[in-house]
Amino acid sequence: MEAFKSLINWLSAPEKLIGLSTVFVLVGLRTRQLWTNLAGLIGLVAFVVFFLFSFQDPNFRIIVTKPDNVPIVLLFLFVGFFMWLSMKQAWENDERIAAGGEPIEKSEYKEKVLTWPHLVYIELICLVLMTVGLLLWSILIQAPLEEPANPAKTPNPSKAPWYFLGLQEMLVYYDPWIAGVVLPTLVIVGLMAIPYIDRNTKGAGYYTFKERPFAITVFMFGFVVLWVALIVIGTFLRGPNWNFFGPYEYWDGHKLEALVNVNLSEFIYVKWMGTGLPQFWLVREVWGLILVALYFVLPPPILARTLFKDFYKQLGIERYSILVMFFLCMVALPVKMMLRWFFNLKYIVAIPEYFLNV
Amino acid sequence: MPKTSDLMDQVKRTQVWRSLFRHDIPRDERGRAQVVLTNIFLHLHPVRTPKSGIRVRYTWCMGGLTFFIFMVEVVTGIMLMFYYRPTLEYAYTDIIDLGEQVPLGIMREIHRWGAHLMIITVWLHMLRVFMTGSYKPPREFNWAIGVILLLLTLMLSFTGYLLPWDQLAIWAITVGSNMARATPFLGHEGPGAAFLKIGDVGLVHAGNDARFGLLAGRFVGEGALLRFYVLHCLAIPFIATILMAVHFWRVRKDGGISGPM
Ligand code: HEM
Repeated sequence: MEAFKSLINWLSAPEKLIGLSTVFVLVGLRTRQLWTNLAGLIGLVAFVVFFLFSFQDPNFRIIVTKPDNVPIVLLFLFVGFFMWLSMKQAWENDERIAAGGEPIEKSEYKEKVLTWPHLVYIELICLVLMTVGLLLWSILIQAPLEEPANPAKTPNPSKAPWYFLGLQEMLVYYDPWIAGVVLPTLVIVGLMAIPYIDRNTKGAGYYTFKERPFAITVFMFGFVVLWVALIVIGTFLRGPNWNFFGPYEYWDGHKLEALVNVNLSEFIYVKWMGTGLPQFWLVREVWGLILVALYFVLPPPILARTLFKDFYKQLGIERYSILVMFFLCMVALPVKMMLRWFFNLKYIVAIPEYFLNV
Repeated sequence: MPKTSDLMDQVKRTQVWRSLFRHDIPRDERGRAQVVLTNIFLHLHPVRTPKSGIRVRYTWCMGGLTFFIFMVEVVTGIMLMFYYRPTLEYAYTDIIDLGEQVPLGIMREIHRWGAHLMIITVWLHMLRVFMTGSYKPPREFNWAIGVILLLLTLMLSFTGYLLPWDQLAIWAITVGSNMARATPFLGHEGPGAAFLKIGDVGLVHAGNDARFGLLAGRFVGEGALLRFYVLHCLAIPFIATILMAVHFWRVRKDGGISGPM
């Protein structure tokens, strides 16, 4: 039992959890056949059982039953279930299309039914079920109220509301101006841009995976890994001083983690050239700046000739550039994470003089 | 003894009944069409819907549920407003009284858990719209409206989080709003802000930057409480309501619920 718990603790460290959930999404989308059936549902139920079982552990119980953390448990289950539901229908439609047929929705779309009673009743049932659920939740769990506000007493850890904890978790890897301002802006603008970059006319109005694998894979990666998984880490696995704690670990406020992160400029000037950091910031950071510039300049033309050849042809230069820019920004998150995990790299560009750290 | 159906017929002939309902009891096709057309709430719907569109497994009813939770929040929120005063002196104790003194003292729970639930349903609604490819032409603009609604939902929840004025509240808002300090050019610890100066005097400092504007002060205090209260109870719901109207209008104008062409 203890060995099992420490295995889970070990596996939930950010680098493993992010890695695992990425593999989970990528492999999961390729092996849809295996789980878009009863097996997938059983897997979900097994997860719930495992979850309930974990309640025996006091440390797990403390953190999961914090009233404001209950929604994340719900979110987790709902995302799992609806992922299953949509991929199941996608699988069925893809099979039909492959056999020369059309998606289930097609024939039903032509058939019109009267809104009253058919739709109105379905809405009523959904609404009543949800009301019952919300009432039960409200009766069973009291809304939290802690001590009166005290600006002099900072709690440790101080956390934003749970739906922003993915962004707060990104603060580990990026400075506030990126994690707290640029990133959310890019998410909002990027989401709004989707219909204008995704020019694939197939797969409109029915579930399918085969007809739009790239769009769905990228969206799933963004939603499941970069949003939901980061929220789970930020909420359940980050304790005092934003240190990592496994789900069965006690939140020890005295846990010390060595700060060993090093900037790229220190790598170059101190470790490799042994000359010490130059005085002038531009000389010091020029390598990092070049690296960041290259990251955004080199891949687009290369991708246009290789992996994204079809997109480039289909979208034209403007749309293609926008697509690649958003794509690179998104990929920059796992890239920076990996640089941190594997090389203890702190900043690629570190210009604290102007609060410009990347 | 008159039969009930006769009685019903009599009632239906009265002036009061006929002024209320402009159609028969919806038993036949005509009545069922009329009930949707003449009722302001039902007329958000078309009279006839594609069969694929009313499947729960297609829409998951998520957009509708989100809208419904929003209305639950409006109703419970109004009730909370009867008791809650957004001042340092009263805010916290009013919240305690809400649970202990006020009859039906569950409104705060419904309001809080409803807010969390709404965030989840908005995300799931977006997931559904994405997975069915319903953002594709002609629905691109409605997707964009949706993204703004998503943002507004998060902002509603965020501004409400401060109002209980307990430790949880002010520190969550402090952590969240600290980000504004780092806004490029507009925050006093943001990149580029140092360049904005006249002579030696910096234009952007802790007393006028983006965070100051958000909090009406240098830290989360009385000004922030009032500002968040007005945003939460008035400004954001106002904008969200208008955008929801646009959203629903566009669902209809873009050809109704999506389906394979
Ligand atoms: C307060 C938030 C929102 C409310 C109340 C809302 C409500 C609705 C409703 C009632 C529908 C009708 C079909 C359905 O129930 O699925 C709908 C459709 C739609 N929504 Fe939303 N929505 C919200 C947020 C969003 C978001 C965040 C997005 C996307 C980012 C979005 C994009 C769309 C689109 C594109 C349609 C048309 C779908 C179709 O025709 O299949 N909405 N919305």
